[in-house]
Amino acid sequence: MSPTALTMMLTAWITVTAFTLYFFWKVVKAPPRAEPDSFADNDDLPR
Amino acid sequence: MDTDNKEAWGSRVGLVLAMAGNAVGLGNFLRFPAQAMQNGGGAFIIPYLVCFVLMGLPLLYVEWAMGRFGGKSGSHSTPFMFGSMGKSFLWKYVGVMGLFISVGICAYYTYIEAWAISWAYHSAMGHFIGMSQEQVAAFFTNYIALGTSEPVVVWILCVALNTWILSRGLQGGVEVAAKIGMPLLLLFGIVLAVRGATMTAGHHGAVYSGVVGLNYLWTPNFNSIWDPVVWRNAAGQIFFTLSLGMGSIHCYASYVKSKDDIALNAMSAGWMNEFVEVVLGSAIIIPIAVGYLGVDKVVEMTRGGSGFGIGFMTLPYLFTQWGPLLSALSGIMWFGLLFFAGITSSLAMGTPVMAFLEDHFSWKRRSGALAFGLAVLILGIPSVLSQEAFNEFDYWAGTIALVVFSLAEITLFAWVFGMEAGWKEITDGADMKVPVAFKYVIKYVTPVFLLIVFVGSMPDIWATLTKKVTFHVAVARGLMVSLFGGIAWLVYLADKRRAAL
Repeated sequence: MSPTALTMMLTAWITVTAFTLYFFWKVVKAPPRAEPDSFADNDDLPR
Repeated sequence: MDTDNKEAWGSRVGLVLAMAGNAVGLGNFLRFPAQAMQNGGGAFIIPYLVCFVLMGLPLLYVEWAMGRFGGKSGSHSTPFMFGSMGKSFLWKYVGVMGLFISVGICAYYTYIEAWAISWAYHSAMGHFIGMSQEQVAAFFTNYIALGTSEPVVVWILCVALNTWILSRGLQGGVEVAAKIGMPLLLLFGIVLAVRGATMTAGHHGAVYSGVVGLNYLWTPNFNSIWDPVVWRNAAGQIFFTLSLGMGSIHCYASYVKSKDDIALNAMSAGWMNEFVEVVLGSAIIIPIAVGYLGVDKVVEMTRGGSGFGIGFMTLPYLFTQWGPLLSALSGIMWFGLLFFAGITSSLAMGTPVMAFLEDHFSWKRRSGALAFGLAVLILGIPSVLSQEAFNEFDYWAGTIALVVFSLAEITLFAWVFGMEAGWKEITDGADMKVPVAFKYVIKYVTPVFLLIVFVGSMPDIWATLTKKVTFHVAVARGLMVSLFGGIAWLVYLADKRRAAL
């Protein structure tokens, strides 16, 4: 694989993967809001 | 508000996965790599990502914000959502497009899902083993020409499956499907991408290694960056890959309460779609196809900007070169991921229709799902019977209407509802700081991008309209006009009903 193609591919893949993981991680780690919130699964969980 | 709609999301991750599933479609695996091949290889990613930031992300913010705003007043579909944002009664009828597009696309999209199910089955049973490449292609041609009853039976089962999942509601149906479908799609995609990228010449009959395909795909032709056609194609790809301008994002977001975040959710779902498209989408069909057929042949096969032929007519043959077990597994994974990509999108298209019937006619969830399934079956018949009708639905409902609808929605949001109020809607409850530059991008830049995409498609629209109209094309157009008129009439009735309450 040519160095230019490899650079383009890895730059694109790493950038997109990093943003994807970063934002998904932030979603997972975001503290839940006070009830009533938009989500039914956590309705019975203690706050 | 005359609504009996009690739907809710189960969890935030479920919502993000459902939104990502809505965006991830067959185009991520079949259209993106073909577009990149034809538009400057590795350099295509530059206009592509610029369009993602200047058009894709702003429209995601707008649609999420419009959805959550509509949900506050109990509107979970675009007609009355739009009606609540603009003073003119006409906005309600502009919003009709959100329902028209959903049903219009599902009418043929569920048929493609059925092909994926059939092809996964035939791969698993080893039916492609021993066939030549031409025989596999002929098998597909015979299939869509209805040489057997299988396509119709599988399609009906597929519509029934969509209907059943929808009838289980947002949390118990759509969200569960996304929580199963998206992880499996990612798993299958990663396995196939690793297989494609690590294929070596001389093994299993491969002439070239997978790296040759990746090398061709990612070698940048920087001259292409100055070509306006490449920019138009990049904008088109971003537009279609994110499922923008369809009414489904609005509907999903309308079940988010006003104090909860939409900005971070939109980012997460949007980037997840980009991961599937840029990373997985580029590493499957091109490396594998180039490994067996060579660069020139694959360039020729992707000339129209679509990898559909490679995906359904060539890959099943190439998989058979890997031996019975790997061939079956690869076929199941490839067509399985296409099926999951398809069904998570078609479920998103069914939800606004059900919401409309629940909100404004007090229908029960099951009745709404059945009505949607029945409409898809009736409207889908021409697409099953004729490729011309299929293409007609895809062109008007699945391509042109999306651009028109997006132009209308961004005008409504940024210029009628007002950018100050709109910005508040986007940032309220946000779990991230939304760069203020987006305020200006949404107001000035994104509408220009959309106009460019629309104006760029004008010659094609004119050519389509002036082409000789065959019987099947006439039927398809008649059905689409009737569908739009029918929904507009329902909106009129719902409006009367609201006024009477």
